[in-house]
Amino acid sequence: MISMPSSQTRIVITGVGLTSPNGNNLAAYRKALLSGTSGVSHYHIRYVGDTLAGICDFDELKYQRRREVRRGTRAGSVGIYSAREAVVDAGIDWDAIDRSRVGVYVGVTEHGNVETENEIYEIKGYDYDTSFWSHHHNPRTVANNPAGEITLNMGITGPHYTLGAACAAGNAGLIQGAQMLQLGECDLAIAGGVSESIRTFGIFAGFASQGALASHEDPAAASRPFDQDRSGIVVAEGGCLFILERYEDAAARGAKIYGELTGYAMNSDASDFVLPNPDEQARCIRMALDRAKCGPDQIDLVSTHATATPSGDVQECAALRRVFCDSSGSSVNPELLINNTKSFIGHAMGAAGALELAGNLPSFDDGVCHPTINVDQLDPQCELPGLVLNEPREVKSICTILSNSFGMLGINSVVIIKKV
Amino acid sequence: MTNAEIKKEILDILQAIAPDEDLTNLKDEVSFRDQIELDSMDFLDIVMELRKRHRIQIPEDDYIQLDSMQSTVAYLEPLMKDVVA
Repeated sequence: MISMPSSQTRIVITGVGLTSPNGNNLAAYRKALLSGTSGVSHYHIRYVGDTLAGICDFDELKYQRRREVRRGTRAGSVGIYSAREAVVDAGIDWDAIDRSRVGVYVGVTEHGNVETENEIYEIKGYDYDTSFWSHHHNPRTVANNPAGEITLNMGITGPHYTLGAACAAGNAGLIQGAQMLQLGECDLAIAGGVSESIRTFGIFAGFASQGALASHEDPAAASRPFDQDRSGIVVAEGGCLFILERYEDAAARGAKIYGELTGYAMNSDASDFVLPNPDEQARCIRMALDRAKCGPDQIDLVSTHATATPSGDVQECAALRRVFCDSSGSSVNPELLINNTKSFIGHAMGAAGALELAGNLPSFDDGVCHPTINVDQLDPQCELPGLVLNEPREVKSICTILSNSFGMLGINSVVIIKKV
Repeated sequence: MTNAEIKKEILDILQAIAPDEDLTNLKDEVSFRDQIELDSMDFLDIVMELRKRHRIQIPEDDYIQLDSMQSTVAYLEPLMKDVVA
């Protein structure tokens, strides 16, 4: 059981800013998810060669000068774009607010690999003479870089940091933002996750060595969670940052409210570096439900983490079965819908949790659950009641979303968002 | 390199370091910092680019010589006289 916080402060999402391989704002992204449009493309990266990736094409110069782009990191640019878009979406008068009361909490799977690889590649041309190593290396690779670049660009003088949480990081950022609002550490939180991971060859090479890197002649068909013929992960970049506010602050300014974060939880498997543990995943889901004071029968939509690795998908389905199915295997909520967004965009690493939640938020308004695409032959071990496969499903209403995000070293995170 | 060629090279480096700036009317005798936005990290970029492009090592005590185009070219003239443009 979790201990309940003394504060019952309600936290709501009032803005969404994102860049995804298939959309640079929520409307475009949602449209792509409902029309079955993949964001996966052919990709080439040094040493690894030709592969596949989810690549974003947002305009960096929309919010940054070329000087800032040159000096900073891709993760910084992704973060700045997402944060600025979120502020605009939230309808906040940026010039009028007290920026010392804004907190920036950005989840990252990793940071610094891209910049370090670039420098090593550069000094290779100088016979590894380190006097050619860039003075920009340290400010680019400090772990707070993506969050810090946001504060520099936006003149935010409140707290900022990143949360290193493997592929659970998007949820971790969101949770941290909510907690800091509840603690009164800030009055507005910019929270979520970013990823620049497609710029490091190491992540591709690492997954390939692990036998977990997807390959397919058709990029759009490469990311295949739950499918019998899945071949592994498609690495993606992206970012999604939410504007979080206390409910009373949002209501007072008449803000549009996407939903309320009613439940969340994080825990650890303590069992393996890479293999997931359905016992702890299920416990994490139950802890989030406890915090939200709701039963599994009250969840309308589950956004899965599944990355299209054989073990990961099966184990998550086992965890979901334990929480959401009765002893006969039927769902405790016959109307429950389950989907997966990585099938469209690949695995956006630190941004995954936030992007996957964002893609589902519009279902509160349109009552449509986007599907898991690329499931030609469902793996029997992934059979779950409520899986929405290949085509969107429209229902009477969707009021509560539960979103999973898990990561290496056995880190689990779950968030529950309720329609307000 | 002639002085004109050194100046052209410095302008090329500055354009890369300060891509938002219009260098057309840069005055040779006026400090770079008084004409375009350059901070200490940018100056280190000038030093690094000269090192990478021409293997010129500039001691830290001499960074002050890179204040304006005029002083920079004067400082680099003996160091780059044998560099082929």
